[in-house]
Amino acid sequence: MVHYILSRLLTFLPTFFGVTLISFSFIRLLPGDPIVVMAGERGITAERYKELQEQLGFDRPLITQYLEYLGGVLQGDLGQSFVTKRPVWDEFFALFPATLELSICAMIFAVALGLPAGVIAAVNRGKFFDRALMSTALVGYSMPIFWWALLLIIVVSGMLGLTPVSGRISLLYYFPNTTGFMLIDSLASGQKGAFASAVHHLVLPTIVLGTIPLAVIARQTRSAMLEVLSEDYIRTARAKGLSPYRINGVHALRNALIPVITVIGLSVGTLLAGAILTETIFSWPGIGKWMVDSIFRRDYPVVQGGLMLIAVMVMIVNLTVDVLYGLINPKIRKR
Amino acid sequence: MVAVAETAAETTDRPGRLAEFWHYFRENRGAVFGLWVFVAFVLIAILADIIAPYDPTQQYRENLLQPPFWQEGGSWAFPLGTDAVGRDMLSRLLHGARYSFYVGIVVVVIAASGGILLGLIAGFAPKWLDTIIMRLMDIILAFPSLLLALVLVAILGPSLTNAMIAIAIVLQPHYVRLTRASVISERSKDYVTAAKVTGARLPRLMFITVLPNCLSPIIVQAALSFSTAILDAAALGFLGMGAQPPTPEWGTMLAEAREFILRAWWVVTFPGLAILITVLAINLMGDGLRDAFDPKLRRS
Repeated sequence: MVHYILSRLLTFLPTFFGVTLISFSFIRLLPGDPIVVMAGERGITAERYKELQEQLGFDRPLITQYLEYLGGVLQGDLGQSFVTKRPVWDEFFALFPATLELSICAMIFAVALGLPAGVIAAVNRGKFFDRALMSTALVGYSMPIFWWALLLIIVVSGMLGLTPVSGRISLLYYFPNTTGFMLIDSLASGQKGAFASAVHHLVLPTIVLGTIPLAVIARQTRSAMLEVLSEDYIRTARAKGLSPYRINGVHALRNALIPVITVIGLSVGTLLAGAILTETIFSWPGIGKWMVDSIFRRDYPVVQGGLMLIAVMVMIVNLTVDVLYGLINPKIRKR
Repeated sequence: MVAVAETAAETTDRPGRLAEFWHYFRENRGAVFGLWVFVAFVLIAILADIIAPYDPTQQYRENLLQPPFWQEGGSWAFPLGTDAVGRDMLSRLLHGARYSFYVGIVVVVIAASGGILLGLIAGFAPKWLDTIIMRLMDIILAFPSLLLALVLVAILGPSLTNAMIAIAIVLQPHYVRLTRASVISERSKDYVTAAKVTGARLPRLMFITVLPNCLSPIIVQAALSFSTAILDAAALGFLGMGAQPPTPEWGTMLAEAREFILRAWWVVTFPGLAILITVLAINLMGDGLRDAFDPKLRRS
């Protein structure tokens, strides 16, 4: 087992350095002189140019620059935003809870509907329910979620007037931002209606972000269940006269869950990519919207740092899933 | 005499690979339906100039935000209504098919040819080169695809061409992994050893002996990445980083329509519906391709 974890770590490290190298090269790949580009249309004096060059280290050899950058990364120093002048690291972790809260809700939504849908489809293989559920799943899987978000806004917010169109909570409420999770903070504030407002704001973004994972989980659960249901031990369980609920719910589902959990773990990247679109549409103040805004504002240190932090986070989650999978399934370890 | 022998050989021969493939593909009704929708989409893309009633960028200033014909205020002159500057929705949608088709083709060709080549090299190369190629692919895959494409377009400058390049780069590692995996499982088989013994050199082994036997998963992947390419290009267009207005690209049309969502549902609904139907048809087709190629799923 130790050997397995070590070998996974060994493939993690080069990828980590590669990711830092890519985000390091980012500013240097931009067409034109990065300092002039940063200065924007107002132009820049020769003195200020020199000053910035020294400050950003562009006058030193590339390899020194990279090692300095890497040293900074390892100490949590990713430079400052051009726009807010705040450290990129601090901005990222101030906004991250908003994205995390939305992603967790989307995942709960996807699993809560996707697992039962997959099980029902597998148990009714080839029948009406199976076809209806799997056609719906394929539609969800093919959905352009930015359009899906607009449709939901037209119908749910516009026609029915049920949910707000943007933001995390109504402006009527104000309370300190202790955890960064609006659901927890609003509940802790004790203000009447604050929690309900936070929930209202979460509904549409959760549905939009959860749609594709929901479809993927439903499809994956169905195929994992079908595989397990043809195993001998299920036949034995049937022969023993166990009830179908017990067979499907306990014996089959438990074993079908392993590949499903892997899919859930590996969809973190999908969630973050979806968060870019979802947060932009619903003005959700998380890292997805922050990245898009920074790209448009040409706030390059933010783009550079955010890109790297997101990639490293995805890598850590994938590594954890890999290791856990190895713990559950000894066959993987031996490879 | 020779002719008779030949026809005899033909009749006893098993059906051609294409016929066999079609036999299995046809059983999946969804896939066949997807194929027909896709054929219609391709025809629309090719014939957009002829079948579109108007020029997609022509503005009819006296008909701003006119609803579709079945709603009050709509007319048959503009069957699906007009947008905020009076352009005919139907003509723009028909022309949009052309851009999506173009995106799909270009992205799949770039991503697949680059990916297959790298995958073949990785599969045949010594261990160190294989490791380098695969680690590089891991690095690309560590970034969420849309985010990486977005940043690449920010570097290259926003345009449809750069969006296609960015999406192709992001999709290409999947082909590398797939090709390498099939190459490695094929490489140790007897027919490859036989080819080696008869003196086939490396390029011949790679492209003529092994590659044709690795193609089925790659074809399935091509279908699936065709739809991913369309979705991602539309998403980039929607974020303002893909095709630029007034190009009638579906994602860009949605971005322009956003401010009218509560006033004019048709400018928002139709472009998205076009994306959904196209992507759905291609995914249906992809599922059918996968089932038809996978002998395990065949009920023979």
